[in-house]
Parts: sequence; C-alpha cells; structure tokens
Amino acid sequence: MPVKSTGQAVAEALALAMEMDEDIFLAGEGIGTSIHVNPHLPTFGLLERFGPRRVRDTPVSEAAIVGLAVGASCMGLKPVVEVMFFPFITLAADMLVNHAAKLRYLSGGLSSFPLTVRVKSGVFSAGCQHSHSLEAWLAHAPGLKIAYPSNPADAKGLLLSAIFDPDPVVVVEEMPLYWTIHGEVPEGDYRVPLGQARIARQGGDATLATYGGAVHVALQAAEALQAEGISLEVIDLRSLVPLDTASVIASVRKTGRFLTLHDATRFCGYGAELAATVAETCFDELKAPVRRIAAPDIPVPFSPPQEAFYKPSADQVTQVVRGMMHAG
Amino acid sequence: MQRDPLDRDQRIGLHADMLLIRAFEDRITQMAHEQGRLPGMQITCHGQEAVAAGVVRALTPRDVIVTNHRSHGHLLARGVDPGALLAEIMGRQGGLNHGKSGTLHLADPGRNVLMTSTVVGAGPLLAMGAAFAQHYRQEQGVTCVFFGDGAAAEGSVHEAMNLAAVWKLPVLFVCESNCWAGAQAHKEHCPIGEIAARAASYNMPGEMTDGNDVEGVHETARGFLEHCRSGKGPALMECRTYRMHGHGEHDQQQYVDKDELASWAGRDPIVRHAEVLRRDGLGEFMAGMLERADQAVDRAVAFADASPFPPPEEALDHLYVNPILREG
Repeated sequence: MPVKSTGQAVAEALALAMEMDEDIFLAGEGIGTSIHVNPHLPTFGLLERFGPRRVRDTPVSEAAIVGLAVGASCMGLKPVVEVMFFPFITLAADMLVNHAAKLRYLSGGLSSFPLTVRVKSGVFSAGCQHSHSLEAWLAHAPGLKIAYPSNPADAKGLLLSAIFDPDPVVVVEEMPLYWTIHGEVPEGDYRVPLGQARIARQGGDATLATYGGAVHVALQAAEALQAEGISLEVIDLRSLVPLDTASVIASVRKTGRFLTLHDATRFCGYGAELAATVAETCFDELKAPVRRIAAPDIPVPFSPPQEAFYKPSADQVTQVVRGMMHAG
Repeated sequence: MQRDPLDRDQRIGLHADMLLIRAFEDRITQMAHEQGRLPGMQITCHGQEAVAAGVVRALTPRDVIVTNHRSHGHLLARGVDPGALLAEIMGRQGGLNHGKSGTLHLADPGRNVLMTSTVVGAGPLLAMGAAFAQHYRQEQGVTCVFFGDGAAAEGSVHEAMNLAAVWKLPVLFVCESNCWAGAQAHKEHCPIGEIAARAASYNMPGEMTDGNDVEGVHETARGFLEHCRSGKGPALMECRTYRMHGHGEHDQQQYVDKDELASWAGRDPIVRHAEVLRRDGLGEFMAGMLERADQAVDRAVAFADASPFPPPEEALDHLYVNPILREG
C-alpha cells in the first residue's frame, strides 16, 4: 500500500468521490485558489482538476457555506463544504444545529440532508480564535454525525463514508496531522464505517479512549508505560457520533480501568460523556475511578510554552495511569 | 417584457386561493380560542393572502418554495391538502409531517414546498442552497423564498443575497413587508422604508409592489421569475402589506394604532379583488366560491379531528436516515 500524508489521503478521498458521483461538489473559502500553496492541503490542485463548476471558492461567509450545503443537499446533491477553522463554525452554527440537524426530523422523515462539512481543527500557533475544539458542542446536537480521524487511512475511509452517508456529517480534520502523520492508505473506494472504533494498541491493564491527534499522544504514553510493565489499551474512537459504545465497554470489562484523553477543554467535554457511559454500564467492574485528561478550561493560549502547557501530554497520561494502577 | 394578460380562469383561481386561505385561517382563529383545541401558538397571514396567491400561482411545479413560520397561505396556494395541513397544526399522526412540525415548520417536499424555517432570516440561506442545486443541474427551476421585513435585519439574509448574486443563482427573494416585526413597527428596526432598495447593493433588480393587489403581485412575480429563469441571477420583490392579526393569535395587538388597522382593513386584498372581478363582469364566477372554501375547511377539520395523535415513542423516529442505535 502506498504511504501518504493525512492531507494527501483526504485529497484522495475528495477526488475519488468527485469522480464517482457528479452530485458531489466542493465549496469553501480558499479551496480553489488559496493564499496557502501547500501540496499537503487536501484541496490542493482540485480546482485545476475538476474546474470551477464543482470546486467553488466562496466569499468569507460561513453561514452561506453551510446554508448552501443544507439547501443543495435537500435537493439531492451531496455537498462537501469546508469551514476553514473550527471556531468559525459558530458563524455557521444556526445552519448546522437548527437546519442540517433538524430539518429532516421536522419534515417527519420526508427530507434528507446528505451533506458533509469538513472543518479544520488543531492547535497551530494561531491563538484561540483559530483553535478551539468544539466537537462536544456538535455532539450535543441530535441529528448530526461527527467523524474525527487520527491517521491517513481513517481520514480517507471516514471521509468517503461521510460523503456517501445520507445524513449530515461533520468531519473534523486536525490540520497539523495533514503533514505530520503519514501512513499506508488503501487504494480505491476504501470506507471506514461511521461508529466503528479501532483498537490502536492492545493492552490489559487500563483502557484509554481518545480521538484525533491525541491518539498519537496516547500511543507514546502506552510505549513509555510498557517499559514499566503497565499495558495500556488505546481506543481510537474515529467517530464521536455515532459512538462505538460496545467497543469501549468490551475493553473496559477486560482491563477494569478507564480514562479519556482529548485536546478539548475538560468541563463538559466529550470525555465526560465517555466517563458517564462507562460508569453507568460497568461500574462494578472498575478497579479504579474513571479519569479524564483534557486541556485546562481556558482558551487556547498563543505563546509557545503556554500552548504546549495547554495540550495534554504523554507525561500527563503516564502519571494518571500510574496513579490508577496504585488505586487498585 | 410583454406577457400575456391574465385570462379569466387565472383571475378566478387567484381569488379562490385567497378565499381558501382566509377561510382556513378564520377557522384557525376560531379554534385557537377554544381551550385545548390547538397546541402551541397559531400564526396566520390574515391580510397577506394576495402575496401568497399572487406569487405562488406564478410558479411552475418544478419551482421550489422555501417559507417561514407564517406559511399557511403559501402552502394552500401551492395546493397542499388542507386536511393534512390542519392535522399537522394539531400535532396529529395524519399531519403533513406526522406531528413533528406543528404550525411552525410545515413542509411538503412532494409539492416542492421544500423547506420551512422558523429561525427568522434562515430561509434565504436555504433557498440560496436549493437554487444552487437547480443551477448546478442546469434545471429551469427557480427557488422562491418568503421572508418578512423583520427578517431583513438578520445577517443571514445579507449572506444569502450576496452569494446568490455573486453566483447568479435563480432565487426570487420575496419580502412580505407586513409593517410589523413582532411588536416593532418597520421604522423601529429598519432605517430605510423599502427593503427592496437594498437590491442595488447586490446588483440585482428589486421592486416594491402593492402586496394587497393580487393581480399586481402576480404580474410582478411573473416578471421577476422570468428574470431568474433566464440565468440573470436573483431578484428581490418586496410586497407592502399588513399583518392584520397579531404575531400569533395570542397577541392582542395592544401596540397597534386602531386607525391604522382600520385603514388597512379598508384595503383588504380579497374585498378589493372581488370589486375588480365584479367591475370586469366576472362576478358570476364568484358564486358559491366562499361556500366551497368553507366546505373544504369543514372537511379538513373532520379529517384532522379523526386523525389520532402519534404514539409518544414515535418521537424517536425521523431523525436520521440511518438511525443511530443507542444502548440503555
């Protein structure tokens, strides 16, 4: 299998989908002609390849970008639109939360909205109005689905599933992964079903559930813990909605310990939902209290040492897991 | 542009539509005052029937309608079954949307009343997206969106008009200027008298029309629809009319000047059109029309009353095309 960057894997999914289905078009800010010329950006070169009818640069107009997707998808097209950075999703929140998520329900099942919103996330020295992990907000809106890949193969497979899914899906793409994470990518129409987690590393002493770039932090921690004789199982959730509850619970039943990890802030974060689900389902089988590792409840800071302080580290994970081992 | 004058059947049809809308909503008003008869609030278009009939009758079946909370007139003029409409307003199983919508979000995609949003100002964005699909597929359809002068204060309306104009999408923006936005008079929320004047800033045609003159509305709509259909982009048609009832039937209109209300009652679109028809020697064709409208409403009430409420657990249906199964 060819090795690709995460960005190239996303590009491959976009191009393949466009070739497969004429109903698919792309729209967003700077997706055709961009101020950034970077071959690892997923939309690089697509305008030249597919032309301006299907690759549409929009005005700086996030509500219109997602409104375009909602309206066009109700007519049967399969829009794939991009919101440049996660905090800007607030500008399109009405279209996502009140419309993409609710209009099918309000219609009594008569309409459907097969749209995909790609949103770039991650912490990348731009400060808190460009970096803000809002996935828990979206997960709290019934009607949306949320995919969150950590590696090139999943980035391709989840995106293709999202594009051809009949419901609205938000795919969160951590921008730094575009060029930092490379891996083998299956060729052709490769799909990763929404709602199917992946065991990123097998272990027997504790279960850590995470997603996106944090998966790599967790794997680093698992390697360090292995040297101490502690075996950490790492679950890459891959999609937050639907959540693969069964895989998480099966792992926790095996290890008896559970912790969560994400770059989003802690209070009411996605980890809280995971912790509650585990506590409700298999409390009696837990050997230690459930733990959450997350960013502190502050906006993403700019200054490099403070930005590093914000992001949960492998050291934090190893410390927490060691503590859980002592607890029981 | 020269258009064929309206023939007799078209003129009579416009009148019949207005009578049906009035009869239907008079019954809603009556039922709204019967304790426990209608759940939630009721929003009628009393006084604005000429806009609904005049514009909707100018559309072709493939044209798409996007409407708002004050939608009964648009739906009835489109030929939506009054029984299914009333059953939906009553939250019944036999309603258009199986009780998921109520009066606020009524949609009949089968008749291309494609989407309805009660988030004020959202409709134009949805319409822009639907029109994009028509444009993308090179269909001859136009998307017609109804919104109020109050909605024109929303930023979403600007984003929709801007993108529709930049991309020359076939959207007919129909602003029903009914003099009230909630309890605010036009001058309290809008610095210019005419919303239509804003069309110039999007380089699209815009015109204020007498919204209580059904044949004038119809003629203006036909002209603008030809413009949209010919690939010249969107247009903005503003209809000056009056919201004769409160925002909802609960609203006693204590903030409305009685003389102003009486003056607009003197310009009632149905009375005016009846006089025009009689003047033109068409009085005989109105014979029995009122009775037929009342009978249609009687049948609608009987249908809706006989329709059961949906089972509570069906509240779980219709969210996703591919349902998400949750444990617990």
